[in-house]
Amino acid sequence: MSSAPDAVDAAVIEAFSRIPVWLERSEALVARGRYLDCDCLLGPVEQPFHVAIRSGRIVDLTPAPVLMRSWRFSYRATSPAWAHYWQPMPRPGWHDLLALTKRGEAVLEGDLHSFMANLQYFKDLLALPRQYARAAA
Amino acid sequence: MSGYIEPIIGRYIHVEIGGETHRIYFEENGKGIPLVCLHTAGSDNRQWRHLLTDEEFARDYRIIAFDMPFHGKSNPPAGWSGEEYQLTTARYTETIRAFCRALKLEKPVVMGCSIGGRIVLNLAIDHAAEFRALIGLEAADFQAPWYDTAWLNRPDVHGGEVCAALVSGLIAPQSPDAARRETLWAYKQGGPGVFKGDLYFYRVDGDLRGRVAGIDTKVCPLYLLTGEYDFSCMPEDTRRTAASIPGASVTIMEEVGHFPMSENPAQFRRYIAPVLGEIARASSLSTKQGAYA
Repeated sequence: MSSAPDAVDAAVIEAFSRIPVWLERSEALVARGRYLDCDCLLGPVEQPFHVAIRSGRIVDLTPAPVLMRSWRFSYRATSPAWAHYWQPMPRPGWHDLLALTKRGEAVLEGDLHSFMANLQYFKDLLALPRQYARAAA
Repeated sequence: MSGYIEPIIGRYIHVEIGGETHRIYFEENGKGIPLVCLHTAGSDNRQWRHLLTDEEFARDYRIIAFDMPFHGKSNPPAGWSGEEYQLTTARYTETIRAFCRALKLEKPVVMGCSIGGRIVLNLAIDHAAEFRALIGLEAADFQAPWYDTAWLNRPDVHGGEVCAALVSGLIAPQSPDAARRETLWAYKQGGPGVFKGDLYFYRVDGDLRGRVAGIDTKVCPLYLLTGEYDFSCMPEDTRRTAASIPGASVTIMEEVGHFPMSENPAQFRRYIAPVLGEIARASSLSTKQGAYA
């Protein structure tokens, strides 16, 4: 995986911290996840967040590590990958969560059932900064 | 305009495949060179509706798109007893050839996308003399898998939702929203296990590495076109495939993903018009044929 300058790391972390607020503005996305309860680990490879989702809403988002906190699945990508993914018109190969895993810029681990059963929800959730933020590429 | 009726005509033809009669649904429009269009895995012939209604192409081509058995309006055959659907290279090849024979098509052009693009390569390897030209969209002899197809058909995951969500990433971000939604709708409507069964051909049975070098483009011209946003069949997969086929034509389509004909018909037209023009001109002494705007 490629390395990332500190500024990109900071912008990506800032964007992640605001996803719960942006999700609340997206009624259709909350509705899409209405049957989803899940504790997962999302974010940059080195500085992910523990994310608690209940009925499609993020009820807690806390930077990892948290002592003995469990998670069901993890999706983590390099900071440059997030920055590319969030571009208004992302470049080929940087435009989808599974494109990032295929190219080795992201890792998907754990029990994937919640992720796969709610795949479009997670794709749209993790794309919210594309609409609301401008992370430095 | 309310009341407008599209020129597409849809009918059923009975086709014997594997010793059993299949009721195959197909749509067509136009007159001239037969052009048979193959849909992607887990979808159906609606993907081709824009090409089917293209007035210019329909002047030179009889454009035909059929639903594979188990897809769209081509039901499973009467003898199907519920066993798992699994498409093989041999069965797919037989289905296309049987359909062309049943319609008495004379040296058709076959254009397929994704699994349709892969099988076009197999037609070029084993049956090139039967075809006027072959066009593979999002085609390669092999591509690296990027998910486990077991997720596509299990009782605790909604098949339609997961199939559509997976392939949604293969659509270019520039594609119009309505066309994106329509492309995904077909994936939400597929029968349980059908997309997965198609991918048995794609992932397991249809590895053509080492065989494509035997394609002779002097017998049948081969055109390969791949969208830059297709991370399933990536442009480098198509280029690698073409590198071992002397005379194969390769085009990388900008701002297009894995479903060019349905996700962005206008952009796709810019790339397919020259190909269809070249084939039409080669098929006729008429200078008017194949002169598409």
